[in-house]
Amino acid sequence: MSNTIVSLSPHAKGPLSTEKVMWGVVIALLPSFAFSAYFFGIRAIVVTLVATIACILTEFVIQKYLMRTTVTAFDGSAAITGILLAFNVPSSIPIWQMVLGAVFAIAIGKMVFGGLGRNPFNPALLGRAFMLASFPVDMTTWPIPVKTQWLWEMGKKVDGTTAATPLGFFKEGIKMGGSMGDLVAQRPELYDYFNLFIGNVGGCIGEVSSFAILLGGIYLLYKKIITWHIPVFYLGGLALITGIFWWMEPAKYADPLFHLFAGGAMLGAWFMATDMVTSPMTVKGQILFAVCGGLLCGLIRLFGAFPEGCSYSILIMNAFVPLIDKYIKPTRFGKEVNYG
Amino acid sequence: MNLKTFRIGGVHPPENKLSAGVPIEAAALPKRAFIHLGQHLGAPAKPVVQKGDKVRVGTLIGTGEGFISAAVHSSVSGTVFAIDAVVDASGYKRPAVIIDVEGDEWEPAIDRSLELKKEITLDKKAIVDRLKEAGIVGLGGATFPAHVKYMVPEGKKVDTLIINAVECEPYLTSDHRVMLERADEVLVGTRILMTALGVERAVIGIEANKPDAIEILSRKAQDHPGITVQALKVQYPQGAEKQLIKAILNREVPSGKLPLDVGCVVNNVGTAVAVYEAVQKNKPLFERVVTLTGKKIPKKANFLVRVGTPITQLIDACGGAPEGTAKFINGGPMMGKAMVNTDIPVTKGTSGVILVDESEAKRNAPGDCIRCAKCVAACPMGLEPYLIEKQAEYALWEDAEKEDAADCMECGCCQFTCPAARPLLDNIRLAKATVMRIRRERSKK
Repeated sequence: MSNTIVSLSPHAKGPLSTEKVMWGVVIALLPSFAFSAYFFGIRAIVVTLVATIACILTEFVIQKYLMRTTVTAFDGSAAITGILLAFNVPSSIPIWQMVLGAVFAIAIGKMVFGGLGRNPFNPALLGRAFMLASFPVDMTTWPIPVKTQWLWEMGKKVDGTTAATPLGFFKEGIKMGGSMGDLVAQRPELYDYFNLFIGNVGGCIGEVSSFAILLGGIYLLYKKIITWHIPVFYLGGLALITGIFWWMEPAKYADPLFHLFAGGAMLGAWFMATDMVTSPMTVKGQILFAVCGGLLCGLIRLFGAFPEGCSYSILIMNAFVPLIDKYIKPTRFGKEVNYG
Repeated sequence: MNLKTFRIGGVHPPENKLSAGVPIEAAALPKRAFIHLGQHLGAPAKPVVQKGDKVRVGTLIGTGEGFISAAVHSSVSGTVFAIDAVVDASGYKRPAVIIDVEGDEWEPAIDRSLELKKEITLDKKAIVDRLKEAGIVGLGGATFPAHVKYMVPEGKKVDTLIINAVECEPYLTSDHRVMLERADEVLVGTRILMTALGVERAVIGIEANKPDAIEILSRKAQDHPGITVQALKVQYPQGAEKQLIKAILNREVPSGKLPLDVGCVVNNVGTAVAVYEAVQKNKPLFERVVTLTGKKIPKKANFLVRVGTPITQLIDACGGAPEGTAKFINGGPMMGKAMVNTDIPVTKGTSGVILVDESEAKRNAPGDCIRCAKCVAACPMGLEPYLIEKQAEYALWEDAEKEDAADCMECGCCQFTCPAARPLLDNIRLAKATVMRIRRERSKK
């Protein structure tokens, strides 16, 4: 009886742990990783690995030598930041820029606030914003999907390495005074739902294949790591705003289905907006956060300076999370009384 | 089947009902019984026996003191050895009557025949008096004195009696076995309680993981007008009073109010049997069914145990605690208490004893909150556990009060679900206790 444990209830433990949650997200990102490797070749793999390792190392060094605290760099959260950051850049990004972005994402995006659970903004998106501001040309030069380019082909320059992303092409075209009909006739492959769904278009490493992202999303739902509210309402908000403008002027605006599958909306909705640390705590708050995020993303895409607005929409909504959590409370039991 | 459930929160821990197939068996009499005088919610009973007194099974040894209190009866026959402080399940020493057991001689007034007595002859008031005399308390775990529930104050209207046969705690099977083996007594007991309340309707709520109990009670309930059986979704804490009322009647007990305020009274299914015995057989409450279980213990059992029997004796009857047992839980794994030792006696509130292996007994080391929002989603009271935990950590008691920390019922869903293994409930308990204390002080001024 000497080694009997006496502790307060509950004595049962749920199935999840922080590590399981984090590595679960990493597993959910693997389909996208595989698709990006298929479309953008070995370079996509290298960039992703570099970003991941840089993020983990940065967190390790800061925890061990600056904060001198328990090292939790290997719990998977830094790996997620690294993978997501890499998924948000073109595969042709210079490696040193990738490393710089990764260090920024972890050091400034996460550790200055105290580490896991304390950062107000999604570190990967903050890293991307930093890279976009610092290296605007490299961050917006898109390699065309080249099918598989293997290690021994790495040295070769692939012809026509730059291409427009679907969002970028149509935005520029409209700005130049073109109509949607003409532009689609010009580059039908960029408005092909199948290409967009599978990922056979230009874009960032991990964002192109909506199909792969949905696979990962379903895995997250199945493992009960996320709930459906944020992705569904985010995409709903985006579809709503783009749908309204498309309905008013279909010659000038792309249809909502295109907006859902093009660019980073899918990746953002399933993996960035659902980031636990930077999203609201209540379901009602999450819905507000997601709908506003989706609307903002649509507005930036339609009227902003950039063709893509997903990452900024989420970053802006991240800033509202403390406010949302302060004012939007769950329905308390026994407060809105129903006497039957 | 139409399964009802409560609306917000809840978790589904592994059910582990390992002893569900084991029939109830009478445990051996102890050599010495330790009968606590405070086995119920409220003021402890006042002892009415002295050292050296001879008692029989069913002899009154303590009378209820004050409005919320209950009588205590001897569960054995023999000589009072002492009235002394004995450690109870909460780890505190509390007054108890210690009796040296000699034979098994029952009070002659108790009807020991097995014949089912269906006819209810007593009226409302006589039933409530009988419950009080027999020391009946809620056997679900809260041990609220039963007679108090049935003294409905003027102006309150009760229309439904709910019999709580949910048994939502993992492992525990005592209520399940009682329903299977004593279904007739459950139903007659329910009818007695309906008479005491003057209601025409009673609903027995059972979780869907006990289909045999649902079947047998539904079938037999056909002979008892007004009694229906409601199957409920397997979801913890389905058996929490407020959640059960919400599930069955879709009525929400307001914060700080009682089931009475929404027109119902809830009693545990084991209590219904105790009520039957008290009213029809003149038998006070001195024994109950206790589940003894654990993943590693060779024999799992549902014992009919005399109150005051040391738990060690039950464990020994099952082959002793297996090597590596590191925790002994009195009650269920979600709300039960880890005991400091196993010499603690069984009380009216002991629904089960769970032996936990060292591989499962330790808590995980807490990590940083990752704001996953699972605690908020799991809280059946609609609270924000992560927030109250922080407020307790920084001693922000007024903020904790505004966040309704006092509404927490300590079901443990938040801490169960937390991936970072935060000690959420520990801190919320602190907040709750402090908020209640502040409120008491405020009302004194």
